Amino acid sequence: MTSDRAAGEAAASEQDGGRPVAPEPGTTAPGTTAPATTAPAAVTPAAGTRHARPLRSRSVPVAGVAVLIAVIAVFPLVFTNPTATNFGVITLIFVAVAAAWNIFSGFSGYLSLGHAVFYGTGAYFLVVAAKDWNLNGADVFWLLPLAGAVAALIAVPLGLVALRVRRHTFVVITIAFFFIAQLSASNLAVTGGSSGVLAPIPNWAAATFNNPFYYLAMLLAAAAVALSVLIRRSRFGLQLRAIRDDEDRAAGLGVRAMPVKLAALVLSAFITGMAGALWVYFIGQAVPQFVFDPLFDLAVVLMVFFGGLGTIAGPVLGALILEPTQLYLNLQESNSYESEILFGALFLVVILFLPRGVLPTAGEWLTAGRIRRLRGDWLAWRAGRTADRPVPPAAGNLS
Amino acid sequence: MSGTLRAEGVSKSFGGLQALADCSLTAPAGRITGLIGPNGSGKTTLFNAITGYEHIDAGQVYLDDRRITGASPQRVFSLGVGRTFQLTRIFPRLTVLENMLVPANRGRPARGRREHAMDLLAFTGIASHAGSLAGTLSYGQRKLLELAYVLVADPAVVLLDEPAGGVNPSLIHHIADRIRELNSAGRTFLIVEHNMEFVMGLCHEVTVLDSGTVVASGPPEVIRTDPRVLDAYLGTEAADD
Repeated sequence: MTSDRAAGEAAASEQDGGRPVAPEPGTTAPGTTAPATTAPAAVTPAAGTRHARPLRSRSVPVAGVAVLIAVIAVFPLVFTNPTATNFGVITLIFVAVAAAWNIFSGFSGYLSLGHAVFYGTGAYFLVVAAKDWNLNGADVFWLLPLAGAVAALIAVPLGLVALRVRRHTFVVITIAFFFIAQLSASNLAVTGGSSGVLAPIPNWAAATFNNPFYYLAMLLAAAAVALSVLIRRSRFGLQLRAIRDDEDRAAGLGVRAMPVKLAALVLSAFITGMAGALWVYFIGQAVPQFVFDPLFDLAVVLMVFFGGLGTIAGPVLGALILEPTQLYLNLQESNSYESEILFGALFLVVILFLPRGVLPTAGEWLTAGRIRRLRGDWLAWRAGRTADRPVPPAAGNLS
Repeated sequence: MSGTLRAEGVSKSFGGLQALADCSLTAPAGRITGLIGPNGSGKTTLFNAITGYEHIDAGQVYLDDRRITGASPQRVFSLGVGRTFQLTRIFPRLTVLENMLVPANRGRPARGRREHAMDLLAFTGIASHAGSLAGTLSYGQRKLLELAYVLVADPAVVLLDEPAGGVNPSLIHHIADRIRELNSAGRTFLIVEHNMEFVMGLCHEVTVLDSGTVVASGPPEVIRTDPRVLDAYLGTEAADD
């Protein structure tokens, strides 16, 4: 038993440069669980033992989230300028899209550059359905879940094809799907060809025209983030992240990779489709070059990478910073290419220097700084103790 | 706990290279079977063939009387065959405990899964690292984590690919002890390993593979002195030990 314990400690302490690591409170020391003849009991002996719960150890900054929600909620009441609320609506739509993109690509590691397909599908569904069913005003909003469902439905065959391959091949296939969708929208009669389809114009007061869109976008963004949190904490989310790390290994541990990936894509497409539908109703017209915009996915990818791929707050932060910046630059400059060059350069900087995103990198810096400070304190304390001790004689004086 | 694993006449080639040629092997239920052979003899390919990671050209694989030939890795695992890899394959960006919660474990409630996972981490001696990212573990600790999460679903048969490879001596004894304890409860083991002391001291039966074919099979004391094995793998020095 003694050797068992020693070996167990050796195993546990290898990472710590040989420093013995005390067993976690509540855990059973290796080799002391049960006699060798009762190994199954040794494997499951501790019904009733209490273990630490590292999975849920991170406290949620509830106060920060509450303040952010409050600020977003009162924003259109404080800043009544239509330009400001216009920025707000588009930004919140992109918060929802970035969170949705992250649910699939951030958690699973499958980088999609074809989410514009779902965004555009939702958008076209709304304008065509509203026109065919003669819907107007607030009634059009009832089409949003349907638009999401249509986008989700489209995601199933796309996913069944694209998710059979990985990495670069997957990215290329998603780009191919995007161009198929764009070309279809430009040529099909139902989408109005290159001239597109007009969305109904609500007969609302000009001063508060943007507010219904704003609060619906806020609700959608909140739902997307809440769904991200739920997935992140669920077994489904754990399986997605395992697939991201090593899909074959996950399959070898019983994870049914294809259904898991497909479910994530469908959920992501559902939110993206709703966001596209809300966006098109807000801007008033669906035309192929804007609804299926090749820069859409790049913008979303930049937002998520900027904030932190696979995190909850990262996509929110990325969208809240980058989308208003881009809108502002577009407003200031007569040509949007300047902001596109700027964002291209930012993409390079993020990928080269902050590949894990601003939030995770800032967290690492803070942790590293804290460790340096603690180490400095400890060295100072040790130096103080050493100074109190009598100085041993030098080797040359020992004779 | 039943769990006899049989490979019958398994062949696999990669282009012009015949990795396995009519290879047959049995890992009897409740026994520890060693699989040894020179590098490139087909040991890992046989593991891959059994666990669904490689499609085989010919032959059959059975778990007890059930044919599992061509089953996916996910299916093989769900039927009760778990395996580790020569180069450990953990999930580096998940915590150690999260790694333990990845394997499918039907029939156990969520809370019970967590407790069970922590018990297995304690059993393998890495419970104190439960909250650490698995990517920060040392090589030996990764081996232990891989063993631990394979055990989560309580498989009848465990295939270990070089569990002692690259691991320090004290940890090797620790791993051997854990395997013995698990085997004493009836779990079947099939172990690929180059460390002869580990194999001969642990295994009830040893099968020797050379050029994709079984050249000998039997108890360790017989294998140790088998002239075909000496010629193919062990050499005369091992026989003198």
